[in-house]
Amino acid sequence: MAISEPIVLPHATDEVRLARTWAQPRGFWGWFMNVHHTAIGVRFMVTSFIFFLLGGVLAAMIRLQLSRPENHAIGPDLYNQIFTIHGSTMIFLFAVPMMFQGFGVYVVPLICGTRNIAFPRLNAFSYYIYVVGGLLLWVGLFLKTGADAGWFAYTPLSGPQFTPGKRSDFWAQMITFTEVSALGVAICLATTILRQRAPGMTLNRMPIILWEKLVLSFMVIFAMPAVMVVSSMLLMDRTINTQFFNPANGGDVLLYQHLFWFFGHPEVYIIFLPGAAIVSTLVPVFARRHIFGHLAIVTSVVATGFLGFGVWVHHMFATGIPQMSASFFTAATLMIVIPTAVQFYCWIATIWNGRLQMKLPMLWVFGFFFVFLIGGLSGVMLASVPVDWQVHDTFFVVAHFHYVLIGGALFPMFAGLYYWIPKITGRMMSDLLGKVHFWLFFIGFNMTFFTMHFLGLRGMPRRVYTYPPEMHWGGLNMLASVGALFMAAGLIVFIVNFFQSKATGTLAGPNPWAAGSLDWATSSPPPEYNFAELLTVNGREPLWDNAPNQPIVSGVRDDIPEVLITNSLDSEPQHKDEMPGASIWPFLTSITVSIAFIWSIFSPWGIAYGAIPVVITLIGWLWPRGHSPAPRQPALEGRWSK
Amino acid sequence: MIAASSPMHAAAVLASFFQGEHNSLHPAGPFSSNIEWLYWVIFWIVFVAFVLTILAFARASAKTYSRAEEMLPIMKDEEGDRKTKWAVGTAITVTVLTLFAVLFMSVITGKKVEGMSSSNPVTIQITGHQWWWEVIYPNPQADQTVITANEIHIPVGKPVVILTSSADVIHSFWAPSVHGKRDLIPGYSSAFWIQVDQPGTYPGRCAEFCGLQHAHMGFSIIAEDEATFEAWEQQQLKPAPDPTDAEAQHGREVFLTHTCVMCHTIRGTDAGSRVGPDLTHLASRNMIAAETLPNTTGALAGWIVDPQRIKPGNKMTPNPLAPDDLNALVTYLRTLQ
Repeated sequence: MAISEPIVLPHATDEVRLARTWAQPRGFWGWFMNVHHTAIGVRFMVTSFIFFLLGGVLAAMIRLQLSRPENHAIGPDLYNQIFTIHGSTMIFLFAVPMMFQGFGVYVVPLICGTRNIAFPRLNAFSYYIYVVGGLLLWVGLFLKTGADAGWFAYTPLSGPQFTPGKRSDFWAQMITFTEVSALGVAICLATTILRQRAPGMTLNRMPIILWEKLVLSFMVIFAMPAVMVVSSMLLMDRTINTQFFNPANGGDVLLYQHLFWFFGHPEVYIIFLPGAAIVSTLVPVFARRHIFGHLAIVTSVVATGFLGFGVWVHHMFATGIPQMSASFFTAATLMIVIPTAVQFYCWIATIWNGRLQMKLPMLWVFGFFFVFLIGGLSGVMLASVPVDWQVHDTFFVVAHFHYVLIGGALFPMFAGLYYWIPKITGRMMSDLLGKVHFWLFFIGFNMTFFTMHFLGLRGMPRRVYTYPPEMHWGGLNMLASVGALFMAAGLIVFIVNFFQSKATGTLAGPNPWAAGSLDWATSSPPPEYNFAELLTVNGREPLWDNAPNQPIVSGVRDDIPEVLITNSLDSEPQHKDEMPGASIWPFLTSITVSIAFIWSIFSPWGIAYGAIPVVITLIGWLWPRGHSPAPRQPALEGRWSK
Repeated sequence: MIAASSPMHAAAVLASFFQGEHNSLHPAGPFSSNIEWLYWVIFWIVFVAFVLTILAFARASAKTYSRAEEMLPIMKDEEGDRKTKWAVGTAITVTVLTLFAVLFMSVITGKKVEGMSSSNPVTIQITGHQWWWEVIYPNPQADQTVITANEIHIPVGKPVVILTSSADVIHSFWAPSVHGKRDLIPGYSSAFWIQVDQPGTYPGRCAEFCGLQHAHMGFSIIAEDEATFEAWEQQQLKPAPDPTDAEAQHGREVFLTHTCVMCHTIRGTDAGSRVGPDLTHLASRNMIAAETLPNTTGALAGWIVDPQRIKPGNKMTPNPLAPDDLNALVTYLRTLQ
């Protein structure tokens, strides 16, 4: 707080009272009771970044093992665990929690101009349950029962017959944990966006990042149940001898693939859309103008949300699906190129008619343009059934999805971090170190992954722990492994930059980028009540478009944690609602739910008996506490109006 | 930069790109050539798209780049947008038409590589096992059925139908110079066509992750002229000959009195288990252990004694045989032409 520049208020005492009303508890137990979205959002980001680094260590081990033919550094058993945990970590414990939960929870309420996320306790619960899921997977690895059937865990390989022990069970329950977390946050974000936008932020004026988070929340709500169902069916096959995926007893192994990819492909867009939204947010700021084609971009985001559910079979072209059925999914896959192309053209047009300021976040956006473009275009090649028959399950595909996922999520993530860290910590990041980070990472990335296209065409299949020298894959693999060193060096520079900026960086001030959205209308870092005055909105970029005499909201009480509720379409004020305050129950509930989930790995009775403490903590969570005590002084109706 | 610092090494890397028959861009038959053609067509389309998009970004950036330290004021005049709208609209239209072209060519090529019509194709049943390939040339007469493993002989220039199935988990059959891959899925059987026009040996590998030894699950397709193929087939139909010299006879005794017989078949003897590969004509194969080792006396002996060191996790147990027994066994196996 010391480093922020408070907005000058007509009545300074109001701010003191707001701070007291919205204060989150401090201290050790206070940490577990905090329900404010900025705290939880930062926790999601930090935790998922730690998982990203852990997954990166596994990636480095993969590159070490594959750097030479017939390498014996890592045996097949450990190697299979390593690539399984690498993929599962990067998808379930890093990409979605960072891009959807982390950025969403931190940024969305600020951009909406409200004081906390909807259902803040559910939001806090979602964080703890995610951490437990992540720990479960990694504790499994350290106990030598790491999942080893791939991040997709195809049956029957992951089933009871071919993976005895508890390896696949740890994986399947990790899925349940992380997807419960994503579902919880999806509900919080959708509600916040639909009901807590500042007055005047009609759907027509809603910033693209809110549109994208809204579409994403619905995608999560529709896609995640599919993977929870399929991982639970797998778990039941393994623990209570159901036969869903056992062909010997009439089960169907392809059913698993359909259910998994019905989740799995929307998942790709759940990872990419937040990246695209960060780009759509940053491009206008650094081109110093409104975005070109706002409507076209919003339509594209919505279209991607729908089309993302119609392409899953392109992961299964080699299973023997008839040509005509497969071609339908080729068409759908090519169709989803269109909204992405529309967004690219709109970004180019924005820069074309703007004034480009190549600040550090924008450098990463340009990295995104280059890398994601290559990934998207190799995706066009993969959409074709015959070409896919050749390159499916080879390093060509490994190259493709690292280009789309690192290009579509990691580059925008670093753009977003360099952009919002000044808001989060109140201090600017070093420009020089940021550029060193970029170039090391960019060069290393292309060295590692562009090479893999050639390896795939040369016939190197995925998920092999070694390869014979006669295949002549050694040179290209060595090149790829050297690239990984560059990426690792880049990441170290980023971490150094972060801690140096946190300690000694220049003060950022409320709006260092002169940006237009409401997250920049408060101090950096924001206070726990987010905004001293609740703003109204007069355009798509409120801080650029608002009239000099723009009204502010009056009548929201500052002695209880109250937020303004507006209607979904026109964001007209409807009523006020009291937000739940700090509570230990979300944490306790996450512990009891975790016990039930983990117990169920070892005994089906875990769900039955484990439900008892869950019910007890839920009763504690939902115990009615009556209304807040009457205000000590009359509500400040009208006092803030100017 | 190990690769770039040494020009020799870099040249070796470049040269290695053009080596090997295990390459989807070195087609040896009509199916893989059709796919290769489609690959290059789509490649050049996306290459042009890439260059144009990058040029547009470069032009836009160069045109409006500002070195200003402070953030500039927001532009109010968006007059240029009207012209840009036409450009963006055109770009979208071209994109959609191009995607239609890609779809059209993909479906047409898909039709071509889906199958062919032939009244008298060679039919081969491939069954995936952890971690080897069972190869059967089915025939209504049991004694006319060829059973072998990992090496698939086919006649050059003749259509071949491959029937697929799996004995355990999902595998994927892939010889890139011959055709794209096809999954072998337990509980499902499917069929697809291959044809090879150039005589030669074309390596293939399992492409679907199938457990510990997914990396060592190779096979090869050996395309030879009709006469050689038929001679091979006739040879494979014969039962194993009785060994003539004493050592080989002792070797057969070793085979039939040790664990070998629990899993392997040698037709003409009492060994008849179908768990592991059929060894009736083992000596006629080029490689052993699913293309992991060359089929030499030394490799065979090493494999029999400790297969777990060579292919950790595979289903064959170590066989600590006495040296005489081992020599005799290998001698016998080498007679199985």
